[in-house]
Amino acid sequence: MLRRVFPHPILSLTLVIVWLMLVNKVTPGNLFLGVVFGIVIPVMTAPYWPNRPALRAPLMAAEYALVVLWDIIVANFEVAAIVLFKRHDKIRSQWVVVPLELRSPEAITVLAGTITMTPGTVSATLAADGGSLLVHALDTDDPDAVRDEIKTRYERRLMEIFR
Amino acid sequence: MDQDLSLLAELLVAFFLVVGGFFALVGSIGLIRLKDTMQRLHAPTKATTVGVGGALISSMLYFLLIENQLSFHELLITLFLFLTAPITANFIAKTYMQDKIRRKDLPESGREYGWALYDHPPEMTDESK
Repeated sequence: MLRRVFPHPILSLTLVIVWLMLVNKVTPGNLFLGVVFGIVIPVMTAPYWPNRPALRAPLMAAEYALVVLWDIIVANFEVAAIVLFKRHDKIRSQWVVVPLELRSPEAITVLAGTITMTPGTVSATLAADGGSLLVHALDTDDPDAVRDEIKTRYERRLMEIFR
Repeated sequence: MDQDLSLLAELLVAFFLVVGGFFALVGSIGLIRLKDTMQRLHAPTKATTVGVGGALISSMLYFLLIENQLSFHELLITLFLFLTAPITANFIAKTYMQDKIRRKDLPESGREYGWALYDHPPEMTDESK
């Protein structure tokens, strides 16, 4: 029964929380409206998004969010240092190819977004069959190290989250 | 006592405003100083997140400590920013690459198919659908 009303419990919960944050005031009325949205919107949007991936490990996802948040802060200092103090002809930008083990489009999207937000890398494009990702590194001597860090730090966690 | 507290609160708010402003400035300097479009993309995608983040944290602190109310809008702005910034950056990168970068300047994809900018995707088979 509960499964029927909430086929995607985490999506529903997210909608409730986002709604409460939008109205910025937690009252019973707002909570009720949020729950209504949490039930109706997943049902209404189901035809447009048929193969919704189930989030297998919510705790892992929380850990991932914290790791990424920390890396974003570090990234800011690193990029700031490069922008302000490095002679611009000494900045060695390189392309890095990251072969992907992830297959679900949602997981690859999250990975590409993460890469853009974190230390010195921007994701540029995918291989036509979705099997590898082209990343632009702002300043690196060792493209292999960049690739390995992306694979161990982010992809490994995403593999577990979107199994 | 109350006086001290509000002074501390104001200092905190001011601190995060300054941090945010500094990083927003660095992002803009990066736009001018870096050499090509791909490099310039790095400055706004990163420096700006903490730039905006600093302003949002100080706004939350202001409402929490001085106006005594909890405000969630800032968290939502952060969430939406994190969702949209990488996509914008990706659009700019792809447009630039399409226009200015030839496929032989890029490393091989290491797959049967080349990069999606230049190659068509494999035919969808019934199996992969």
